[in-house]
Amino acid sequence: MVQPEKKRYIEDEKKRQQRMKRIVFGGQFGLGILVIVLWEVLTRYEVMDPYYWSSPSTIYETAKVAFLEGTLWDDLVYTSLATLAGFALGTVFGSFIGLSFWWSAYYSRISEPYLIAFNAIPKLALGPVIVILFGIGFFSKVMLAFLMTVIVTALAAHSGIKAIDKDLEKLLYSLGAKRRHVFTKVVVPTTMPWIVSSLRINIALALAGTIVGEFISSRQGIGRMILYAGQILDIDLVWVGVVVLSLLSMLMYAGTVSLEKLLLRGQEPKQ
Amino acid sequence: MYKLKVVDASKIFRRDGQEVVALQATTMQIPAGRFVSIIGPSGCGKSTLFNMIAGLIKPTTGKILLDGQNIVGKSGYVGYMLQKDLLLPWRTILDNVILGLEIKGVSKREARKKAQPLLERYGLQGFENNYPPELSGGMRQRAALLRTLLYDQDVILLDEPFGALDAQTRLQMQGWLLRIWEDFQKTILFITHDIDEAIYLSDDIYVLSHRPGKLKAKIHVELERPRGEETLLSDNFISLKQKLLDLLREEPKDNGTT
Ligand SMILES: Nc1ncnc2c1ncn2[C@@H]1O[C@H](COP(=O)(O)OP(=O)(O)OP(=O)(O)O)[C@@H](O)[C@H]1O
Ligand SMILES: [Mg+2]
Repeated sequence: MVQPEKKRYIEDEKKRQQRMKRIVFGGQFGLGILVIVLWEVLTRYEVMDPYYWSSPSTIYETAKVAFLEGTLWDDLVYTSLATLAGFALGTVFGSFIGLSFWWSAYYSRISEPYLIAFNAIPKLALGPVIVILFGIGFFSKVMLAFLMTVIVTALAAHSGIKAIDKDLEKLLYSLGAKRRHVFTKVVVPTTMPWIVSSLRINIALALAGTIVGEFISSRQGIGRMILYAGQILDIDLVWVGVVVLSLLSMLMYAGTVSLEKLLLRGQEPKQ
Repeated sequence: MYKLKVVDASKIFRRDGQEVVALQATTMQIPAGRFVSIIGPSGCGKSTLFNMIAGLIKPTTGKILLDGQNIVGKSGYVGYMLQKDLLLPWRTILDNVILGLEIKGVSKREARKKAQPLLERYGLQGFENNYPPELSGGMRQRAALLRTLLYDQDVILLDEPFGALDAQTRLQMQGWLLRIWEDFQKTILFITHDIDEAIYLSDDIYVLSHRPGKLKAKIHVELERPRGEETLLSDNFISLKQKLLDLLREEPKDNGTT
């Protein structure tokens, strides 16, 4: 007996994933809106004390004033630049340190325990020393952000070095390669996913370093603004600082994700 | 005049203070353009022999002569395909194939131009821009072999290139390899565990003994070329196979001092 063909069911992975993506995105967006609305409503009816919790609308108004009449824009630029500079320096320098371990097994083994020890130091505790060493200006913030990121990257690159396939090295030597060929054609590409996997952590660490530097002593920056607002009990302005920092952090995170894609071109980040 | 001579080459490793003989003194003389197979039980030193010829490790004793010139410890004089395909996963097939040329200093563009027709001719057309994990085992072996070929040395060492393939693909690849060998006139040294494969492909077969490896016999394969499926069933083939089976079956403990 032949069944009449009614509805054909075809497995369509792509369509299913697109559908899932839409729902997830909608859900995420909706949840964010819900939190903001709840916050607004609860503070307006004083279920939550608006003095401490401020409210989205007040934060918005305060931010507008701070942007237009205050120095919020300059502070934002200052903090962003210090973070990005520290992040870039830390990542590049850390990669160099990590990759350099490939060149000599002795050098690598002798320095490894020191690298790990240095990683264990809470670098933020060094903040006052850094400020005394490098002054209260822009450079001390960059240095703190740098210190936060450099060892993480070096260790990540070092793990990459350890994972290099010896046979790939052998293959290159059999093709008449010199050490520099092996370095550029095998070592760097193998290590790249490891370095890249440290980027996301690093951008957050760099921002934390910069903010702490600004807390300790600074004339500019979002960190300084938050500290100052706290001292004069302008809690609305503290909230503005926190929200702006969160947005900045999210933006930078998105930036690193695109940087990852660019650097990896198809490979997966490694942990 | 022989293309490649291995003169009394042996290799001893020391592991945990103990000497491990990986290969006993071995001598081989291989004329240009031959297809030579090397067959022997696992661990008898076949890969070690290749590593020495390729200059990746130094023999404990003996010499390796290429066109009469000693190449002990010098890499880059012969093409070598290692036991794994070893394609770089972050490079496309095309860029994998040109690796050797790049190391020689040829520009990427020029190397690609040179490799492209080769890929098309030898069954990789349409895969140039794929990454190795997207290819089947047979295709990957083709790419690895073309990489070795494009490196353009007269002598090519192939360490069990078809070991991991299924029987069907293997047969296909054997035909493919013979075509390449005829087109390019290379001298090929070929390690295999498969007796049929060795007979089907080779002019000469070297048989190595059980560990520690020692050259046990050299057998000349008198089968007309081109060889086809019917070759596999000919009397000559069967009797050669019998001979090799006997050679390989002999007890490892009996030191064969006759
Ligand atoms: N670097 C090394 N150090 C110590 N021993 C080694 C080393 N390399 C190889 N050997 C030993 O030498 C012997 C021969 O190894 P080899 O890899 O040449 O064998 P093979 O014939 O290629 O085996 P298979 O068919 O399994 O590939 C083995 O017993 C192996 O353990
Ligand atoms: Mg082997």
